[in-house]
Amino acid sequence: MNDLNRLKNALKKSGSKPEKTSATPSGSSSGGRRTEMRVRPTGPILPPSNIQGNALMVVIAIMSFLACLTFGGVSMVRATASSWESQISREITIQIKPQDGLDMDAALKKARDLALTFVGTKQGTIMDDAATARLLEPWLGTGLDLKELPVPRLVIITIDEANPPDFAGMRDLLKAEVPQAFLDDHRTWVGRLVSMAHTTVLIGMSILILVFTAMILTVIFATRGALSGNRHIVEVLHFVGAESGFVASEFQKHFLKISLKGSAAGGALAALLFASASLWQSNSLATPQSDQATALFGTFTIDFFGYLGIVATMIVIALLTTLTARFTVMRTIDEIDLIRSDPGRSDGLPSS
Amino acid sequence: MPSARKDPSTLAVYERSSHRHPNTNTLTLDVALIHFENVGLRYGMGPEILRDLTFDIPRRSFQFLTGPSGAGKTTLLRLLFMSLQPTRGLIRMFDRDLSQIPRAELPMLRRRVGIVFQDFRLLDHLTTYENVALPLRVRGKDEASYRTDVIELLKWVGLGERINVLPPVLSGGEKQRAAIARALMDRPEILLADEPTGNVDPPMARRLLNLFLELNRLGTAVVIATHDLGLMDQVDARRMILTEGRLDIYE
Repeated sequence: MNDLNRLKNALKKSGSKPEKTSATPSGSSSGGRRTEMRVRPTGPILPPSNIQGNALMVVIAIMSFLACLTFGGVSMVRATASSWESQISREITIQIKPQDGLDMDAALKKARDLALTFVGTKQGTIMDDAATARLLEPWLGTGLDLKELPVPRLVIITIDEANPPDFAGMRDLLKAEVPQAFLDDHRTWVGRLVSMAHTTVLIGMSILILVFTAMILTVIFATRGALSGNRHIVEVLHFVGAESGFVASEFQKHFLKISLKGSAAGGALAALLFASASLWQSNSLATPQSDQATALFGTFTIDFFGYLGIVATMIVIALLTTLTARFTVMRTIDEIDLIRSDPGRSDGLPSS
Repeated sequence: MPSARKDPSTLAVYERSSHRHPNTNTLTLDVALIHFENVGLRYGMGPEILRDLTFDIPRRSFQFLTGPSGAGKTTLLRLLFMSLQPTRGLIRMFDRDLSQIPRAELPMLRRRVGIVFQDFRLLDHLTTYENVALPLRVRGKDEASYRTDVIELLKWVGLGERINVLPPVLSGGEKQRAAIARALMDRPEILLADEPTGNVDPPMARRLLNLFLELNRLGTAVVIATHDLGLMDQVDARRMILTEGRLDIYE
């Protein structure tokens, strides 16, 4: 009691105003006449928003948008490539070469019926004269009379991909029954297409890796840039006796918030873009623009896996930012301690 | 006394302080808080800034640290605050050899030392109250447990009406007092102040000096680095004078 009074007297003696603190009377502490001094709810140790923090958030949003876009794009290409493969291998063709004395129409019918006896075939279509003429038009021009030319004719058989027929057996049977028939299961063609699709996916993956690497580096450097403006806070916390773990966890929390906001914005934007593109595509089905886009990109829908990837990207970015913040703060503290052990390095601290 | 009911909380602050550091009793009063022996320090390959410093800072002592600009006052304060390690010599603080203390334990020792920086080092985005409460906050204490203490201390230093103000709005003297309050908040055993009256007019300087004297009477050792002769003449205290890296002490 005396201690306090002495201190107060010391202040009064030296000419200060008596500490009435009329602004906010505080009761509990002085005879019930005053109420507790109001303080604002304690703010976070790090300023919630500053220029560096906002810039970091924008950078993270942009990078996560790009990364998600690339990811969605690559998964789309992959889906398209695999659909190419499946569409091509969904059909086989039987080619019948013309020969003198061969009743072409009968041979075509026979070949079709033979093929359809196999389990795993679905449907057989004989390419009629008109269709064949159209097929040959680029080479032979219009007004073609097929009867006059020894043109091979085709039967298209749709097959059940999941349960393909016995191609070898079919080939043997056709050979025996219709010697002019030749079965083409497009294996060479499909092989080429598959390798092309694989190349496309590979290129997409490389781009994805590049974008992700760029994203990781950008996020790391942007985080460190944002932290450099906070070095004085690290120093003050250090000097008032904070343990490095405490300082690091404060910064981690702060940067986790920033990166979650940024990556959520970027990821959501990318998801929205895919969703609206697929919506546009389904609404404008069969219009020329849509058909072109579909031919080029396949359908815009990214599946559940794609959306999962977007979420995973966001998590990766959040983790990355948080860890970078932690390591950078720890290193700043190490540097402060390094100056301590090596006075020659007095950077950042005032010397006498 | 109208403030009779106000005292216990504040008094408790200092009672707690002596409970926390049981060494602070009459039996160990003569043991030095800080002991320097042949301490020398050089920056890089340069000349020695401090040479052969040998001195004690006893518990509950009050001293001025003075000397011309560039004599090494701030460097010596930094040694005292463990933000520098000497190039040679021995420093014992709180009966422990500083060179033997692992880095992870330094924050615990720093908590027993209060420091007022020449440039205050208040955080501009925190209010006066939050700045002063910072030492308790970084110790993981619950805000409700210290709110009254912080406000009480702010009133002591005459900032009772500036609790919710951000530092950029404070005057030089107010910042100085906020910095002092922050250094005192966790009841340190020793207070180091670097030019605490450098930015204030003489009446305010006198007021701050009285504050330091009062603190000292309450049991805190005080080291004030200053080159303000007028300030030193007001108190008959120990003077540590640094000249070209050497220290002379006038009791």
